[in-house]
Amino acid sequence: MNASDATNGAGPLKRRRAPLSAGARAERRLGWALCAPAVVVILAVTGYPIGYAVYLSLRRYDLRFPNDSKFVGLANYATVLTSSLWWQALAVTLIITVISVAIQFVLGMALALVMHRALIGRGLVRTVILIPYGIVTVVAAFGWRYAWTPGTGYLSGMFGDATPLSSQVWGIAVIILAEVWKTTPFMALLLLAGLALVPEELLRAAKVDGATAWQRLTRVMLPLMKPAILVALLFRLLDAFRIFDSIYVLTGGSYDTRSVSILGYDNLFTALNLGVGSSLSVLIFLVVALIAFVFVKGFGTAAPGGEGRR
Amino acid sequence: MATITSVPARSATATRGRRPSGERTALLGWSAANLVIIGVSLVPLLWLVSLSFKTPASITDGSFIPKKWTLENYRGIFGESLFTRALLNSLGIALISTVLAVVLGSMAAYAIARLTFPGKGLLVGLALLIAMFPQISLVSPMFNLWRQIGIFDTWIGLIIPYLTFSLPLAIYTLSAFFREIPWDLEKAAQVDGATPLQAFLRVIAPLAAPGMVTTAILVFIFCWNDFLFAISLTSTERSRTVPAAIAFFTGASQFAQPIGSIAAAAVVITIPIIIFVLLFQRRIVAGLTSGAVKG
Repeated sequence: MNASDATNGAGPLKRRRAPLSAGARAERRLGWALCAPAVVVILAVTGYPIGYAVYLSLRRYDLRFPNDSKFVGLANYATVLTSSLWWQALAVTLIITVISVAIQFVLGMALALVMHRALIGRGLVRTVILIPYGIVTVVAAFGWRYAWTPGTGYLSGMFGDATPLSSQVWGIAVIILAEVWKTTPFMALLLLAGLALVPEELLRAAKVDGATAWQRLTRVMLPLMKPAILVALLFRLLDAFRIFDSIYVLTGGSYDTRSVSILGYDNLFTALNLGVGSSLSVLIFLVVALIAFVFVKGFGTAAPGGEGRR
Repeated sequence: MATITSVPARSATATRGRRPSGERTALLGWSAANLVIIGVSLVPLLWLVSLSFKTPASITDGSFIPKKWTLENYRGIFGESLFTRALLNSLGIALISTVLAVVLGSMAAYAIARLTFPGKGLLVGLALLIAMFPQISLVSPMFNLWRQIGIFDTWIGLIIPYLTFSLPLAIYTLSAFFREIPWDLEKAAQVDGATPLQAFLRVIAPLAAPGMVTTAILVFIFCWNDFLFAISLTSTERSRTVPAAIAFFTGASQFAQPIGSIAAAAVVITIPIIIFVLLFQRRIVAGLTSGAVKG
């Protein structure tokens, strides 16, 4: 794949050195023209609203008193940052994100190894694990909710009519369970693709040299898979940070299980405060940007789908 | 993509040749692991199926297999416009978004995979940024904007955010597929006098069709799955999609949980996706992992 990319890349590059031929100029124009619609849509639909969110976040804007809107500077941010609700939601979100992604990574790695190694039923496993991926998140969450509803659910019944959804710690645990079940397959598939890049000879050589299975995993496989692992972790972390659907269905955010997304939603539709809600939006965006920045700059995660630049 | 799928297959045949007893135990171990995985993947879905066939009286009995089977829940939801209308909305909105995303995404992906032009790296970076954008950050401003310009609670009001968030996915997946296409054919067409645009439409588009179908499935699943925009940007049956509508189901009485109806609706919107996923399993795996191994 990479070799053909390199040759493909070299051709146009050489052409570039010479003064632009009519063909190269046409290619350039076509390139822009083909990308323009997608870029316009993306920028108009995200760029403008996020700018509008920044503007709204600097104003007092309560939907119950829309005429009483005025510029208040950073007052909304002060409201959010001094509120225990925000810090609690942020803590809950980070706990859910980190724990669920950690579990997904371990299980996903195991799952990828099973799919990579097993001879019988590999195709079946690969098919079946796509089921959690295909299920609508809300639907899966209802499944878990009823499974843990005392009286109704088989899981609750197995644990002596347990009511995990009405406590903070166990509520978060069930939310993590739902998240792990739904997205581990995706993690496993990303890791499986990375696993296919580990040369079989290297593993055999390590085995001949007396490396145990664990050493082969930690010393040979994982280092070689690092780029794929980092991409998978970044994707999952940022996606998990946005968690909304499962919490909405499982606990509705009660018992202090709100994530930042739930808090933002509640603020808009229950408190009807657009100014504070917008400053929440901006803060959430900044946290996500920070996570992505740390990964890309700190760990050197390559942008997937890019040109393979490190 | 071809390399990814073929490598494990090759190593599999290599091991099949010699099989000492130690390996046979290992084989059993792996197969047992497979069974566990299959069970864990299926049980939560089967649980919903089971709930959907239970009678109202037995729905709270906590048994995994219904003691009495009934189609009442399905009859109930299909008799209600709340659900049927939501199903229509879900289908229409997801299909329109998918078609738009695949068309616009193909154009951009072709340019990214094939053409040299300044600003390409920026575009790829922008797409990554959007793919990871926290959707809640857009909900507040969109809610206000959509009401002001009058597209709140309309199909177009949902199609716009869906298109935006699925375009990066479409561009990634498609450009990964497009890189695999034998491009000499395109050159040959150009030598024969075709313009780059003609080469795209006549030669590449047919070759690209499988990648486009895969992308369409992934994008459709994304739109079909959305909940946050669906509950934030709609307020009535007019444009509410199924995941949002399910959250508004009510039981037979004010105090009864609509468990049966929710389970039946859940099964109805899950089955088509599962069938799609099973039919196109190999392609979906390739599509999901495209780009991820390039880094």
